[in-house]
Amino acid sequence: MSDSSRDQILNRLHAAIGEQRQVIPEPAGLPQESLDRSQKIEKLKALMEAVRTEVHVIENQDWTTVLKDILKKRDLRTLLYAPGTPVGDRLPKAWMQESDELPELVTYDGDIEDFKEHLFGIDAAVTSTVGGIAETGVVILWPDEKEPRLMSLVPPVHIAVLQADKIYSTFSEALQTEEWAQNMPTNVLLISGPSKTADIELTLAFGVHGPKELIVLILNENR
Amino acid sequence: MSQESQKPEKVYYFGTCLMDSIYPQAGLAGLKLIQREGVQVIFPREQSCCGQPAYNSGFPKEAKKVALKQIRLFTENYPIVVPSGSCAGMMKHHYPLLFEGDKNLHRVRQFSKRVVELSEFLVQTLNIQLADRGQPIKVTWHSSCHALREMHVIGYSKALIRQLQNVELVELQNEYECCGFGGTFAIKQPKISGTMVTDKVTDIRQTGAERLLAGDCGCLMNISGAMDYQNVSIRSQHLAEFIWERTHAK
Amino acid sequence: MPNDTGPNFQQNVSRALDDQQLRKNFKFAMGNFILKRKQIFSDESETEQLRQIGNTIKQRALGQLPQLLERLEQNCTRNGIRVHWAETTAEANQQVLGIMNANEATRLVKGKSMVSEEMGLNEFLQEHKIEVVETDLGEFIIQLNDEKPSHIIVPAIHKNKQQIADIFHQKLPDTPYTEDVEALNAIARRTLRQKFYKAQVGLSGVNFAVAETGTLCLVENEGNGRMSTTVPPIHIAVMGLEKVLERLADIPPMLRLLTGSATGQLITTYVNMITSPRKPGEKDGPTEVHLIILDNGRSAILSDPQLRQTLQCIRCGTCLNHCPVYTRIGGHAYGFVYPGPIGKILNPQIEGLKKAGELATASSLCEACAEVCPVKIPIPQLLRRLRNESYTSEHLATVKDGGYKKNLMETLAWKGWEIINTHPQINAIGNKIMSRLGARLPRIGPLKQWTRYRTAPKLAPKSLHQLVDEEGIRHE
Repeated sequence: MSDSSRDQILNRLHAAIGEQRQVIPEPAGLPQESLDRSQKIEKLKALMEAVRTEVHVIENQDWTTVLKDILKKRDLRTLLYAPGTPVGDRLPKAWMQESDELPELVTYDGDIEDFKEHLFGIDAAVTSTVGGIAETGVVILWPDEKEPRLMSLVPPVHIAVLQADKIYSTFSEALQTEEWAQNMPTNVLLISGPSKTADIELTLAFGVHGPKELIVLILNENR
Repeated sequence: MSQESQKPEKVYYFGTCLMDSIYPQAGLAGLKLIQREGVQVIFPREQSCCGQPAYNSGFPKEAKKVALKQIRLFTENYPIVVPSGSCAGMMKHHYPLLFEGDKNLHRVRQFSKRVVELSEFLVQTLNIQLADRGQPIKVTWHSSCHALREMHVIGYSKALIRQLQNVELVELQNEYECCGFGGTFAIKQPKISGTMVTDKVTDIRQTGAERLLAGDCGCLMNISGAMDYQNVSIRSQHLAEFIWERTHAK
Repeated sequence: MPNDTGPNFQQNVSRALDDQQLRKNFKFAMGNFILKRKQIFSDESETEQLRQIGNTIKQRALGQLPQLLERLEQNCTRNGIRVHWAETTAEANQQVLGIMNANEATRLVKGKSMVSEEMGLNEFLQEHKIEVVETDLGEFIIQLNDEKPSHIIVPAIHKNKQQIADIFHQKLPDTPYTEDVEALNAIARRTLRQKFYKAQVGLSGVNFAVAETGTLCLVENEGNGRMSTTVPPIHIAVMGLEKVLERLADIPPMLRLLTGSATGQLITTYVNMITSPRKPGEKDGPTEVHLIILDNGRSAILSDPQLRQTLQCIRCGTCLNHCPVYTRIGGHAYGFVYPGPIGKILNPQIEGLKKAGELATASSLCEACAEVCPVKIPIPQLLRRLRNESYTSEHLATVKDGGYKKNLMETLAWKGWEIINTHPQINAIGNKIMSRLGARLPRIGPLKQWTRYRTAPKLAPKSLHQLVDEEGIRHE
């Protein structure tokens, strides 16, 4: 049934366009500002903080120390992380000696079908990112087998680790530089802050269905 | 934009149908403002209406006939000055659309190119300098939709008001909101239109102004009618008539 | 309560205009949106450039719509997304039901989707004993109260917090009355988290579909969209066929236009780009992703080069926000799925002029909508076109029910107007007679409507033509 609908629809659409070879030239590009690294960090930080993201720029420090300090300030029982990733692999060692004061490290055991109940009870998750965009203030996530999609959605606290040299000035720049069109993954996420809504009298309230808190650690190794 | 545009020797004047029958003094004032600057004004006697009422109401054929009648009267290559943002917009922007595919299109385009709204003409082309001879007065200004969004002449209109030293211009809170006239809209959707003009009147009263100025007679007719109905004593006036009154030596 | 989306527009309008609370709610909300848009698009010249880009992208896409849809289908299929085509909303509903049944599913969670409203999907599924839960907060609120959305982006905008507090208290078990916005949100979060957890199928709309890569793009702030499209094992996306874009590179400018225009944001909390179902080795995400492409009259609209521009719409809602008519009557009064200026041009083309043609008269052609439309749809021009179609002879009309309004009285009236305005002598005599009939005209016909809110206009004793004669102004 869908097939014949398909044919009917496409036939009508082809007839509708007809012989019209109206050549509409490609759209102009908007002038793209190109920022240097420190400008990008500054812009991204400012925009994300404006939507209540907590942003830490880490320069001459071990980022796991900063992460631990952040976690100690909060009452979190569990932290979901991804072993086998550069971010995840740092954690077990960093937790040694201090694990009493820190949330328990938990891994995404099995598929969602088996892990769902556990997942919905986890307090926080830490993930890597593939980059950020300064123009709009977002981090970019490409979830994969090691870092599943729901890590950055279900736990109420999400910590994202961002390499400063992977911050692009604009979304277009990110798309072009990394040639996304050649190789789109299952899911790409742009995240700017904790979840929010203004559906009630346009009053902004944070922490709806996505995480209530987003914390971004920008790793800015000095050159 | 350069204010050094050459002052033309002659211009046409298109008085609009509403000015013809309801606001003739305003129509004459606009004409005289141009004359006073040393420009000869030509008023083709057979002019009537730009055609907008039919064009907006679903009767383009009738609109075209009336439009063509007007176009044929303004034969020389003089600017055509129009004291109304909506009629100017009709003639400048909509005539080419109305005549798309018509054998007269080229001629229509030549006509449309020459159309200019009155306040833009006075400020941009004539660089008019106004000396206010009137008593101190507080006025407010309504931005007609087509003057604002099609002809982009509100800046010029307000510049003219601001030249008058004894006139205090108090702006409306919702200056850019439509007054609800919309031609046949006022007849076909009277409740919505009535609500819009009522809100506009409330806005006007809140300014404490003694006079409401606008550049379009449709809006004026609508707003003044509503103020009259509500026994509001604020007088409405076309910008041209106001300026002429304030500046001409008696 | 007041939810009548019945076809009697005049009745709806009267009711809406008399509802002081409604008027207050809308005035507040629309004023807010207008301000936010101004702030986010503060650079006028850059905004104009961006709008032009949006217009070009959409026009190019519509100019190759069948090819793009075929490419989209090809790439989606290659990626593992199952593509379905529906000519009518009934067919689309059946397709959703079919997928539910094939998986023995009875619990559906939904992200916000205007196309699903067009389908009447919720009622259809409920008739088939399927639990449908709206998860967008605004939709959740109105679903509890058995209402339809009154705005494309903020469906519950017609409600203030007292009304919402009341709805939660009455309709949700064990819920105390509270007007605190944070508390109300927390109630929604708790309630819906259970639903996400238990859902078997998630349904969403599509903001943009990219033909080049077979990618579905969704934007949102709450996280309910990601929840609905990631937690349940099955995801169904429903889309009007005009939503397809050519290239991935088109997304950044279109996104900027959409989020800026819809909510005055630089970007939403989440941009969710879905290209395939769960791949081997991946641990979560739906194992099945379906895309339903809906026609429902869009292919007919495409065939008219001028009216085709209607399909450029990206459903941002900004035309509603800026419309002086919408602000006063609210969304329900329109009586059809899509309110506001876009509704005035879309509904008559989908439903036909007999049913929805009156909407095309409910505009003063002020152009506030055209001024802000991110893809530069010339809405007033299309309104004029629909008005023309309303009076054109049926065999010459393009839109369904063309000529439905044609009547002798109006035909004669405009013919008379034409004759007067093309015959100067008649015009002159007419003016003289009218001004002598007395300063005020008799209150009949159109004047009757006019004088309900205003005094009648006075004809001047001498016309401008006469004054000009007296002044000796040259006539050539």
